[in-house]
Amino acid sequence: MTQANNDPRARQPRFRGLEAGHRACQGCGEALAARLVTESAGPDVILTNATGCLEVFTTPWPQSAWRVPWLHSLFENSAAIASGVEAALKAQGRRSKVIAMGGDGGTFDIGFQALSGMLERMHNVLYVCYDNEAYMNTGIQRSGSTPHAAMTTTSPPGKERMGKRHLKKDLLSIIAAHHIPYAASASVAYPQDLRRKVRRAMEIDGPTFLLVHSPCPLGWGHDGSETIQVARLAVQTGLFPLVELERGEVASVMPLRQKVPVTEYLKLQGRFRHLFVDSDHRAREEREHLQALADYNMERYGLFGDGDDPFDADGADTVRRGGPARA
Amino acid sequence: MLEALEGSAAIARAVARCRPGVVAAYPITPQTHIVENISKLVADGKLQTELVSVESEFSAASVALGASAAGSRAYTASSSQGILLMTEVLFNISGMRLPVVLTCANRAIGAPINIWNDHSDSMAVRDCGWIQLHCADNQEAIDTSIQAFRIAEATELPVMVCMDGFILTHTLEPLEIPDQDVVDRYLPPFRFDRMLDPKNPLSLGTLVGPEYFSETRHLAHQALMAATSTIVDTDREWQTLTGRSAGGLLTVEGPENAKIGVLAMGSVVSTFREALDTLKTRKKAKLINLRAFRPLPDQALREACAGLSDLVVVDRALSPGFGGILGGEIKAALSGMAKMPRIHNVAIGLGGRDVPLEMWPRLLDVPTEDGGFRILDLEPAKLGEVP
Repeated sequence: MTQANNDPRARQPRFRGLEAGHRACQGCGEALAARLVTESAGPDVILTNATGCLEVFTTPWPQSAWRVPWLHSLFENSAAIASGVEAALKAQGRRSKVIAMGGDGGTFDIGFQALSGMLERMHNVLYVCYDNEAYMNTGIQRSGSTPHAAMTTTSPPGKERMGKRHLKKDLLSIIAAHHIPYAASASVAYPQDLRRKVRRAMEIDGPTFLLVHSPCPLGWGHDGSETIQVARLAVQTGLFPLVELERGEVASVMPLRQKVPVTEYLKLQGRFRHLFVDSDHRAREEREHLQALADYNMERYGLFGDGDDPFDADGADTVRRGGPARA
Repeated sequence: MLEALEGSAAIARAVARCRPGVVAAYPITPQTHIVENISKLVADGKLQTELVSVESEFSAASVALGASAAGSRAYTASSSQGILLMTEVLFNISGMRLPVVLTCANRAIGAPINIWNDHSDSMAVRDCGWIQLHCADNQEAIDTSIQAFRIAEATELPVMVCMDGFILTHTLEPLEIPDQDVVDRYLPPFRFDRMLDPKNPLSLGTLVGPEYFSETRHLAHQALMAATSTIVDTDREWQTLTGRSAGGLLTVEGPENAKIGVLAMGSVVSTFREALDTLKTRKKAKLINLRAFRPLPDQALREACAGLSDLVVVDRALSPGFGGILGGEIKAALSGMAKMPRIHNVAIGLGGRDVPLEMWPRLLDVPTEDGGFRILDLEPAKLGEVP
């Protein structure tokens, strides 16, 4: 206790845009991500929120967990109402930053057109997608972001199927094709990296985009205490690379130190349980397929870098916390 | 001063006089000329507004929602399929009590696709919780557009101004655009207490469960009903200022002792006004121009229909499997009246079919004919030829 109070970082007042006491599940990656994003963005923001878990667990009338102005309208228009808020601020000469938020359903799928329009019109909005890779609010249905072979209630494995048949949509590349000033992927397992990316986006006058990998213990089938471990393995296996894009070009990546097989990530999660049935030859094929997708990411983004990097996927978190990169 | 103006250009100029902070719109026939004219006013520096040229009507309404919540006067316009694409947002705007103003350039809904005028679009969204005002001519549309912002901001309810596509939007006629200082006197700058503001953070659009939902619906209904008097007052004030009324809740024209009434909305009212003035008919009839469709002014309707033996309700849309929409509503509004007139319901002018002056005497014969709801200007010989 005394030691904590002497630590200048512990005494630093931290702004909380999303207050404690909301109704998210234990270990909810989205709640953590939203807390980190609003903490880094500070108080001078206006948020818009697509329909989904985040909206539901933070605002059951007459309560609200938000300490910043917050607007929810529909599932598919977070980017469009954010465009309207931003236009109004411009008309009034106000300078608060607008942050639009949505889950992967509201971003990859149903809200995709509104998002594309917002980016094309160059609104000064940071769009944050909390990516938990399925429609969790309605009870775990597959989305355009659900990884290949993952089990959801609408992509169940069976005699004819091995979970989701299609690939996870490469949304970041589509965003990059809008040639916006800044787009990045981040993960709740790397909070310092996430904070830095939020601050970076906040400083830019123009559209920016952040894709935050946010595990859902209920939907992914892992214990709530394993959220960070699962999220970290998604990065370390190469399945969810952390990258930054400027005007559509890759500007930086968080390097990987060693190759971690995707099975390390998959085996922790109930949604991939059917990939570990020894008697099913399709299980091995799908595991190989997912490894190939991770290998592709490593190659495409050069995830192994050129030598030692203390800010790699093993060390980034501890280094930024002030600890050593290696024990 | 009168100027020869196309209806759409006049609406753009009238909206500009209201100093909207944000305008968002997407092109659709026959609304397009309105957004084109606004774009030109912005390009020429004659209108200082944030014009957001969106990628769909859905986003047009969403941008207007966001702008209004952030405290700006917000405007959009659309027609037909565009109104349907906006529908989800329209319910949201009224549910959040945001004073957005929208011009609906009325057009039919497909299939079959048809770009011409009837009231299928605004009728399809009659339950979305917006105030809905119908205009008989372009001067009424100008005056109603300006009044709409005043009504919306006084009631914190959105207002849809309905004007018939092509028949009004594309017609050139001598019109008066009120001077800027007149509009400024009538319409104070928009101030919104629930505005999104980091200095006073509010959560808008929260989740409401069964324990509060009925109360929100009750309040929405009360707000709409209470808007009836606001519509009357704002029109009266406008009349004091400009000498023109835009029609209040409804107007009644024609001989006082007439036993037959014809009730209609939109541009056909202008046609029937002309017929009243110029055609000699055997039967005398009153013309009731219903301007306020939401809230439906049942008290004013009963007063207007007192003493009538027959009322012909003219629909410009229909609900398949039921009949005329306006007809059904008027029957409901008048039911229980001490001497309720016999109500006859017909639809005319669907999908742009011309409504000529001669329709007026034809309508006056409807009470003596048998039959319930029907499309009066149907041409049965063509039934075998349609797609």
